[in-house]
Amino acid sequence: MVLDAKVPHGEMKDKWEDYKGHVKLVNPANKRKLEVIVVGTGLAGASAAASLGEMGYKVKAFCFQDSPRRAHSIAAQGGINAAKNYQNDGDSVFRLFYDTVKGGDYRSREGNVHRLAEVSTSIIDQCVAQGVPFAREYGGLLSNRSFGGTQVQRTFYAAGQTGQQLLLGAYSALERQVALGNVKMHARHEMLDVVMIDGNARGIIARDLVSGNLERHFGHAVLLCSGGYGNVFYLSTNAMGSNVTAAWKAHKRGAYFGNPCFTQIHPTCIPVSGDHQSKLTLMSESLRNDGRIWVPKQKGDTRIASDIPEEERDYYLERRYPAFGNLVPRDVASRAAKERCDEGFGVGTTKMAVYLDFKDAIIRYGKIEAGKTGNEAAEDKNIWELGQKVVEEKYGNLFKMYEKITGEDPYKLPMRIYPAVHYTMGGLWVNYELQTTIPGLYALGEANFSDHGANRLGASALMQGLADGYFVIPYTLGNYLADEIRTNAIPTDHPAFAETEKAVSERINTLININGKQTVESFHKRLGKIMWDKCGMARNEAGLQSAIEEIRKLKKEFWSDVKIPGEVNEYNSELDKAGRVADFIELGELMCLDALDRNESCGGHFREESQTEDGEARRDDENYSYVAAWELKPDGNWDLHKEELSFEIVKPTQRSYK
Amino acid sequence: MEHYHMNLTLKVWRQKNTKSKGNFDTYKVKDISSEMSFLEMFDVLNEQLIKEGKLPIAFDHDCREGICGMCSMFINGQPHGPWQQNTTCQLHMRAFKDGDTIVVEPWRSQAFPVVRDLMVDRSAFDRVIQAGGYISVNTGNAVDANAIPIDKKKADEAFMAAACIGCGACVAACPNGSAMLFVGAKISQLSLLPQGDPERESRALNMITQMDKEGFGNCTNVYACEAECPKGISVANIARMNKEYLHAGLGTEEN
Repeated sequence: MVLDAKVPHGEMKDKWEDYKGHVKLVNPANKRKLEVIVVGTGLAGASAAASLGEMGYKVKAFCFQDSPRRAHSIAAQGGINAAKNYQNDGDSVFRLFYDTVKGGDYRSREGNVHRLAEVSTSIIDQCVAQGVPFAREYGGLLSNRSFGGTQVQRTFYAAGQTGQQLLLGAYSALERQVALGNVKMHARHEMLDVVMIDGNARGIIARDLVSGNLERHFGHAVLLCSGGYGNVFYLSTNAMGSNVTAAWKAHKRGAYFGNPCFTQIHPTCIPVSGDHQSKLTLMSESLRNDGRIWVPKQKGDTRIASDIPEEERDYYLERRYPAFGNLVPRDVASRAAKERCDEGFGVGTTKMAVYLDFKDAIIRYGKIEAGKTGNEAAEDKNIWELGQKVVEEKYGNLFKMYEKITGEDPYKLPMRIYPAVHYTMGGLWVNYELQTTIPGLYALGEANFSDHGANRLGASALMQGLADGYFVIPYTLGNYLADEIRTNAIPTDHPAFAETEKAVSERINTLININGKQTVESFHKRLGKIMWDKCGMARNEAGLQSAIEEIRKLKKEFWSDVKIPGEVNEYNSELDKAGRVADFIELGELMCLDALDRNESCGGHFREESQTEDGEARRDDENYSYVAAWELKPDGNWDLHKEELSFEIVKPTQRSYK
Repeated sequence: MEHYHMNLTLKVWRQKNTKSKGNFDTYKVKDISSEMSFLEMFDVLNEQLIKEGKLPIAFDHDCREGICGMCSMFINGQPHGPWQQNTTCQLHMRAFKDGDTIVVEPWRSQAFPVVRDLMVDRSAFDRVIQAGGYISVNTGNAVDANAIPIDKKKADEAFMAAACIGCGACVAACPNGSAMLFVGAKISQLSLLPQGDPERESRALNMITQMDKEGFGNCTNVYACEAECPKGISVANIARMNKEYLHAGLGTEEN
């Protein structure tokens, strides 16, 4: 199959307008007859389900949690970007587009990114109208802050709970459609396969996680909004239930997987404390606005942070990247932290951490506050108190969270942080319309690969999830469904539904009957370790090859020795998890294969073989300026298809934040 | 921070499904690190049970960073355990000492039937939101986000009410099983904002009607909800809800 991205012709700035002006429409009477399945209720899924319900489509939405409000978008902290230019600091749709393409290290599709920047402004309008309580200034207008990889203030936020507030906005819109009868919600359900009829996606097989029963659901189209696959690493900032299963089932039915190795390792997370660790917790990137990152200049310094004098501290980001300082993009900041720790400058008991210090910010804000009351000569203690109050208002919930987890007070001692897996830029390959290589099957939000290239900028995931759901899919889906108005709903006793359900059922029975000795969790941990060690922040050919061998062995062992207690037809969290881990194992192999193929460093993908003399990533545009779209063959191997990337506007240069 | 290890006795509620009768089972866990979270301690126990060929304890959890609202254990008589303004997933084992016995139950409330073990069905909250916990604005209808300035004080108050994570600890803490803190927080958030004004009256009436229908109890000013709320939602929101309800009720009579 030749990959056709279907990016409209014409000037970059006119593509989306032109598309919208010429796209096929579905009249209201026909919308009522068309059914759409939405899998996942995070920002992309909830906003898509609500918007499509409002338009009159019959929507069925699914989530594995007990309520759509729990989806992991809720945990996003820092903010959402939009090219509003409310700060009059030179922002524009073009700047946001440019920053995103550059931040993604020239591995994203320009047309999609430009559209994202265009609709960003409508997202903020929509959210405010829904009652999302963004931070405001005293004049009553919206406040903004800076985020990594940009030099303007375009990030809108609600303290450190922006994802929560945006998701609750989308959730409330979704629940309104549920009340109006336009959306039928299926919580505690997991999608376990796509039903294909005559080459089109026509429904799903879902499992009711409480009863264990399999269900058949028809849809004229299926939207996967099921998030990313960071949990392939076992330890990540993702929720415990976040998984690749929906996307992977689609991949197994023929949807190509795009750039699977592009993983974002977030620089500021609470470090691992021991083997018991089940997940990692992010400390928002917004903290890098005010926090300064440093390690001691002296190797193996065991003094507590406050005893290390200023001149013996190495603010290594400010030293290496004076133009962006602590606000370099995530991939750059993460690698720099790893470099310092690998060289022996790390802090804390494990020595795998660096400091994020708010001392200077507290004093700076304290002086400003004192100045406001004309009290320039305030004592240090008062200044500290005033400054602490400002920092508390900005980041209070994050400081509290840090204190709860570590037992240390970050107002007194600098935070200890280390990079952790946070987001996956890769995902199902989609065209401009967000359709996968399977007609009728779409992927939105983190589940697709399209907008962030090899590295996502902070505050852009929320933007993309809501852009796809509120403002892109309502148009592009119509272009497909307009040709479906003569397709009657297919009864679920159709042989394709029966066969697909049978296959799902057989796999479940196989899993539970293995009756081996090792727990699902133990396999997941082992997979995570292979991935982190060999397909993590730094990758090389030998490591990736050995990882592929190890993963294949692990897969065999899993399918012959996993132990799952309980029954199929009851609530069985071990069984749910086993299915997901089995998919993660297969995905892990593909990620390593993709990382092996891409013998260049770009964004979050760092191949040790491809670096500059001073250890910066070296991209290879001549050979790797493509999206790797992987097709799974019936024999279990993969074929690589390349979507060549052409850059009309943003000319690729070596990314520099110096 | 000083780290230590501990051995514990756990008395955990086991219940096969909504209809069956439950009971407490006693378990021992050894060598638990004070750095673990409470749920990580449960992970250890569950791995132990699976290895012994027993069924693991079912409990709801997802984000494990205190924001999704999914975790819900009633620990030693308190929703989310002994720490203030905290969720179960953020409770860490340094809250306990070697030799402690910990009793763990599900949320107890008529409106939250037990699904299994420590899991309950909180879909009543979704239905209360469906009754009016939104602003009726279809996608694409919005005016510019800065078209309507909002008094910062009111916006901040709305934000504080909106911080509710919908976990249900307020209901579990209340001797009457009242959901008024949850409902009050949503009504407050939307009535404090100009965007929420047009539907103010119907929202209060409909959400409260649905709340009663779901079998939640009444408020008798115990304030256990506020004390146990992991996000520190204030009972002032209940007062505001009552004001909205009264105002809406009087308004309806006039019509």
